[in-house]
Amino acid sequence: MLLIHCPYCEEDRSELEFRWAGEAHIARPENIAAISDEEFAEYFFLRNNEKGLTYERWRHIHGCGRFFNAARDTVSDRFLTTYKAGLPKQVLPETGASEKTVETYEATEGDAR
Amino acid sequence: MADHIAVRTLPLTGFHGGSSAVRLEAAAPAERISLRVRAEDVAALSGPLGIDLPVKPKTSSSDNGRTALWLGPDEWLVIAEGGSDVGNSLMQAAKNSGALHSAADVSHRNTAILVSGQGAAAAINAGCPQDLSLKAFPVGACSRTVLGKVEIVLLRTAEEAFRVEVWRSFSDYAFGLLAEGAQDAAV
Repeated sequence: MLLIHCPYCEEDRSELEFRWAGEAHIARPENIAAISDEEFAEYFFLRNNEKGLTYERWRHIHGCGRFFNAARDTVSDRFLTTYKAGLPKQVLPETGASEKTVETYEATEGDAR
Repeated sequence: MADHIAVRTLPLTGFHGGSSAVRLEAAAPAERISLRVRAEDVAALSGPLGIDLPVKPKTSSSDNGRTALWLGPDEWLVIAEGGSDVGNSLMQAAKNSGALHSAADVSHRNTAILVSGQGAAAAINAGCPQDLSLKAFPVGACSRTVLGKVEIVLLRTAEEAFRVEVWRSFSDYAFGLLAEGAQDAAV
């Protein structure tokens, strides 16, 4: 079970208490009525779906109920840091995680079958 | 018309469970409010309610039979033992504060299960992922969390006693799961 650090509860909690809430740091255009359909689609529908370091919103829905931001590596599924909503993007070095660093059954269990 | 009398039915009437290590009881009816207050108005609400609203995560405060549980940075569950059948003294107290707040009467939305005994933590951990050791979850600690597939608010009232607040429509599931956990805790 993953433990996720909630910046509001100031504690590591089980993933069961959390919900994923999409990509973080998407700013709503100031002039939303004036932008073109393509620009609106870019803002509203299109997401980066990056492999590796991504910034996401999470919600501690079965805890304090607050939304917060998390930097997560989508290859290793590891949470690198979490921080309160409204704070600027926390710049982190690329983790360099590749498929090789993923814990697989073969890597952790070896020949014990 | 006067001979029509409303009879209150309690959600956990007749439920029983437990084991040699865990005692399970339905709590008596209580008054409850869900309270949302901004940080600058916390002090103004604490006076009329008669309790200091805790501002530290996972803590509660208790005074005069009333308990305030920290649920989030601006959210509390306030419980008053032994409320009357009509009206809600907590709603009135919050209103009397005159400060900006949101209070919702949730007395009948929730019910509570009292879990006690040497296996109480083990019984709750049958469906709850929180660390319930005394170091991580001391007496007075409280948290909204999950029990199996329902949401609960958990309060540690003594070293071996917990209060499990749960929505009334989920209470038979919660009681059943705790009864199973109580059996396992006694093994």
